[in-house]
Amino acid sequence: MTSPRERLMAEAAKRILVTDGAFGTEIQNWKLSEADYAGDLGLSHDQKGNNDILALTLPKVPESIHRAYFEAGADIAETNTFSANRISQADYGAEHLVREINVESAAMARRVADEFEARDGRPRFVAGAIGPTNKTLSLSPDVNDPGYREIDFDYLKGVYREQIDALVEGGADFILIETVFDTLNAKAGIMATLDAAADLGRDLPLMLSMTLTDLSGRNLSGHTVEAFWHAVRHAKPVTIGLNCSFGAEQLRPHVKTLSEICDTLIMIYPNAGLPNELGAYDEAPATTAGLVGEWAVAGQVNVLGGCCGSTPAHIRAIAEQVRGLAPRAIPTPPVRTRLAGLEPFTMAA
Amino acid sequence: MTTQSSAQFVNIGERTNVTGSAAFKKMIMAGDYTRAIEVARSQVENGAQVVDVNMDEGLLDAEFAMTTFLKLIAAEPDIARVPIMIDSSKWSVIEAGLKCVSGKPIVNSISMKEGEEAFLHYARRCMAYGAAVVVMAFDEVGQADTKDRKVEICARAYDLLMGIGFPPEDIIFDPNVFAVATGIEEHNNYGVDFIEACREIKARCPHVHISGGLSNLSFSFRGNEPVRRAMHSVFLYHAIPAGMDMAIVNAGQLDVYDTIDPELRTACEDVVLNRDPEAGDRLVALAERYRGTDAVAEKQAAEWRSLPVVKRLEYALVKGIDAHVVDDTEECRQAFARPIEVIEGPLMDGMNVVGDLFGSGKMFLPQVVKSARVMKKAVAHLLPFIEAAKEPGAKGKGRIVLATVKGDVHDIGKNIVGVVLQCNGFEVVDLGVMVPWSKIIAAANENDADMIGLSGLITPSLDEMVTVGEEMQRAGMTMPLLIGGATTSKVHTALRIAPAYTGPVVHVLDASRAVGVATTLVSDTGRDAYVEGVAADYAAVRKAREGKSGNALLPLAEARARGFAADMLLKASEPKQPGLHVFDGWDLSDLRDYIDWTPFFRAWELAGNFPAILDDEVVGESARGLYQDALAMLDRIVREKWLTVRGMAALWPCRREGDDVVLTLEGGDVRLPFLRQQIAKREGRANMSLADFIDPAGDWLGGFAVGIHGIDDHLARFKANHDDYNDILLKALADRLAEAFAERLHAHVRTTLWGYAPDEQLTNEALIREQYRGIRPAPGYPACPEHSLKRTLFDLLGAEDRIGITLTDSFAMLPTAAVSGFYFGHAQAEYFGVARIGEDQVADYAARRGVDVAQATRWLRPNLD
Repeated sequence: MTSPRERLMAEAAKRILVTDGAFGTEIQNWKLSEADYAGDLGLSHDQKGNNDILALTLPKVPESIHRAYFEAGADIAETNTFSANRISQADYGAEHLVREINVESAAMARRVADEFEARDGRPRFVAGAIGPTNKTLSLSPDVNDPGYREIDFDYLKGVYREQIDALVEGGADFILIETVFDTLNAKAGIMATLDAAADLGRDLPLMLSMTLTDLSGRNLSGHTVEAFWHAVRHAKPVTIGLNCSFGAEQLRPHVKTLSEICDTLIMIYPNAGLPNELGAYDEAPATTAGLVGEWAVAGQVNVLGGCCGSTPAHIRAIAEQVRGLAPRAIPTPPVRTRLAGLEPFTMAA
Repeated sequence: MTTQSSAQFVNIGERTNVTGSAAFKKMIMAGDYTRAIEVARSQVENGAQVVDVNMDEGLLDAEFAMTTFLKLIAAEPDIARVPIMIDSSKWSVIEAGLKCVSGKPIVNSISMKEGEEAFLHYARRCMAYGAAVVVMAFDEVGQADTKDRKVEICARAYDLLMGIGFPPEDIIFDPNVFAVATGIEEHNNYGVDFIEACREIKARCPHVHISGGLSNLSFSFRGNEPVRRAMHSVFLYHAIPAGMDMAIVNAGQLDVYDTIDPELRTACEDVVLNRDPEAGDRLVALAERYRGTDAVAEKQAAEWRSLPVVKRLEYALVKGIDAHVVDDTEECRQAFARPIEVIEGPLMDGMNVVGDLFGSGKMFLPQVVKSARVMKKAVAHLLPFIEAAKEPGAKGKGRIVLATVKGDVHDIGKNIVGVVLQCNGFEVVDLGVMVPWSKIIAAANENDADMIGLSGLITPSLDEMVTVGEEMQRAGMTMPLLIGGATTSKVHTALRIAPAYTGPVVHVLDASRAVGVATTLVSDTGRDAYVEGVAADYAAVRKAREGKSGNALLPLAEARARGFAADMLLKASEPKQPGLHVFDGWDLSDLRDYIDWTPFFRAWELAGNFPAILDDEVVGESARGLYQDALAMLDRIVREKWLTVRGMAALWPCRREGDDVVLTLEGGDVRLPFLRQQIAKREGRANMSLADFIDPAGDWLGGFAVGIHGIDDHLARFKANHDDYNDILLKALADRLAEAFAERLHAHVRTTLWGYAPDEQLTNEALIREQYRGIRPAPGYPACPEHSLKRTLFDLLGAEDRIGITLTDSFAMLPTAAVSGFYFGHAQAEYFGVARIGEDQVADYAARRGVDVAQATRWLRPNLD
């Protein structure tokens, strides 16, 4: 059997692939109560808003969302595990459930993906999603002590490793390190994945997705998209790209830059526009699809999807928009020494 | 201050290194990290492209010091923007550092001194952390001293690293710079060993870089800075061309090779290159004369040296003499309360004199560029003091971001504009060549620029400039956009760029106009009226074009019917030597006589034909000075083999099919589509296409490419010395040599390879006037204006592999000094311009070229309405 990396590359060579959209927005539609979230786990903290724990307490909710996205045309399901790590779950007093949440979430996504693949023979993939946690390795939370850090590299690597092992156990094809606001956090995640792959004795392909926090195209730790690429190239990710950040309109120049320099697949899943005054996203599916469709026409992307505010309707519109369009051809950049601080630095040959 | 994201030669800042800087060590030992951070900041501001951090000191907790310092500088965007070099002899310190650095750093260093297993373990960890590594030429036996040992160890390390999939481009070898002139005979050859090892390692291990610490070399001359500086400069002068491309060095403490006292320079060279056994003794004896004093300066002191120091600075600026400027600036600095006053006072006064002389036509570009060199050196000397005093930098008239646009590599014009603007008090942020629009816009915003200046030489750059305009519009910018470069024009700017951007857009015809335009654009009073005037002018241009879009165009079929009917009895004979001919290393001295000097002077904005220009009443003196400098540099280029001349020619059988020339090659036919003039002409004048010169019944076509290689190391040397004058001079000469070689090779083809004119005897003048049979049109020039044909030509020639000339996305050639084209041998073949063509020809061409119409339209934009 071919590896997930080879299968994804083979599919991506044929067409532009579609990944799924937001879970948060969809879960809100269910108007769940605290008791729905908590189930009978007997946890002491209020679980309302702990979306990831639904895998254990109300699995039909995330499962129905996976189903809705596959029906809308998605090729890839991202597991509902953005916060399923020891650091984030500590806020809910649920850090002892991290392994279980991830195993169940990955297994559920796997099951639905396999079901859809069996239906029409089209390959479906499961990306084990890993969020950035709410801690940062590059910045001090204390303005008066810029050298202070709340956590260190080895600790975060361990946190990630726990989640990665559980996602793999549940059946994830890829490890998706997403919404990277701190490049050093991502490097710890990469190291954890490389270590996990070495222990497994097989390739464990990474998907990397950066989020921009200002319009000039930098993330919170200050890296430009090109510097980010230089800093993570060693991970040989199967996809690299951007998610969340702003809407598609604001990502446009940075998608182009990544598309030109990265010798791997480009995956972009922006928010459905910018939030309105009430914090809700109201960009119409056709609008989002039209914007991301421009990148598809320009041959700049391989995988498209949605982040905050996107719905199955958005994913359906995107899938229809890009159907039949040629995927981006992966460029072969010249061999150069590519270093980076916050900005890229390339040495002459 | 200029910024550059890529570099031929990388200076690594060495002042945040406790083993190299006593001051830094003191700060770290005292826990004074606030001041230590300022050291890092000033290094980056002074142009360090990578910052080396080393905390290896016996009394320090190196891991703690390393991680503390790295975390602190991560919070300083001005510092953290450049890559870090984590420098330690202890792996635990390196790994602790790697856990705090978020970009892609360099680890300095790992080696095989503990054996292969440990070496590969460290290398794998570096790979997993995403770091490049410096590999010391050190194995289980010890440090490599001889050339053979250096090469052997590096080759072994390289092979081991390749075995674990380590990216070769992330390897930097440090083959150990050792002290010479120590009095111990075995040490005499260390310089030569290093330099020769560089050459072999580069050849043996593709994609690697070579670095070294320079200060070891001159260890025997501790306390004698003039001699140490001279030794380092001489060493780099020879090591860089051999392949050294990084050094841990304080760039401010290098001398300009050419300005080192010849006696000292020769003595240093004798030692570094181990020319004879007594070389060391001679340098030791000579060195005493330099200790503490500057004996040479006294020796050379001329009359003007007795003027008061302020007057000396003015004199040096106006005359472009840089020999004493650092000393004079230092003297001034000590006389003034604050170092910034030296810039704002005497230096700016001197530059104002230069600006006035230039503005009134009494001084010309070559002299201005020399003046700028003096100014830059003076400012470079003052900057550290200004930084130390934490004063704001000199307030300029305005700040301009300059860039040669993406896809284009030509920068002589842009550099000249930069220099002229700097001479007139503008602050220039030069982004270099091949700059994408996103970076231009980011730099303009980050630097709070007053305007952006774009440059480009090849026609695809015109489109890229439109893109920059569009993106500035999208970004909501309002700052003026200046357009310049050989293919740009007021008409193109008015028709295509100005409509894309609502801010002011101005075409600047040449460097001498740049100052006037830029000054007006930053003035409170003149700006608005000027901007309105230019906008109205461009609107008028657009209106004029709108009404009558030039001469009427014929339908393509009609233009073809009116093609040139060549007399095929006059076609060239079958070549004597068909096929490919590679000329690797053509003799440089042979090319001197083929140089066409007139364009050389034009590059410096000196108008007139050579040789009459040398006696010109107005610019003669300036032209003579420039010509002398050019000849002197040519002498050195030839004698010291600065440049390598590589070229090739090919002669292929072909036939004509419509407007295509079809090469009939062994591997199959290759189609070269050409364009045809479509403008309606009066009776009797043909609508030409290059295809008209080829016989449908069978004929021959040639192709060629020539390039001048090896310029970058020399340019890097000039750049490091703030020497724009020699930088521009060398580029301009390389361009001339490329053209000269193209001319020379064409003659060789006509007389020998093709051999249709075996008896041709032409003077250089006659060659320049093209009084020979046959033409050599180049893709991108008027007779075949579509640049992408160059891609086909290069593939046919195999030019990339055979002679190392490559093409950018926009089909600009690298090295920059290069010429390529086709040979047509027909006796009636002549140059013409295709000029404007119609949509019918675009569609037809797209089909023949095998691309879609949109692509063809992009390529042919300069020839469309």
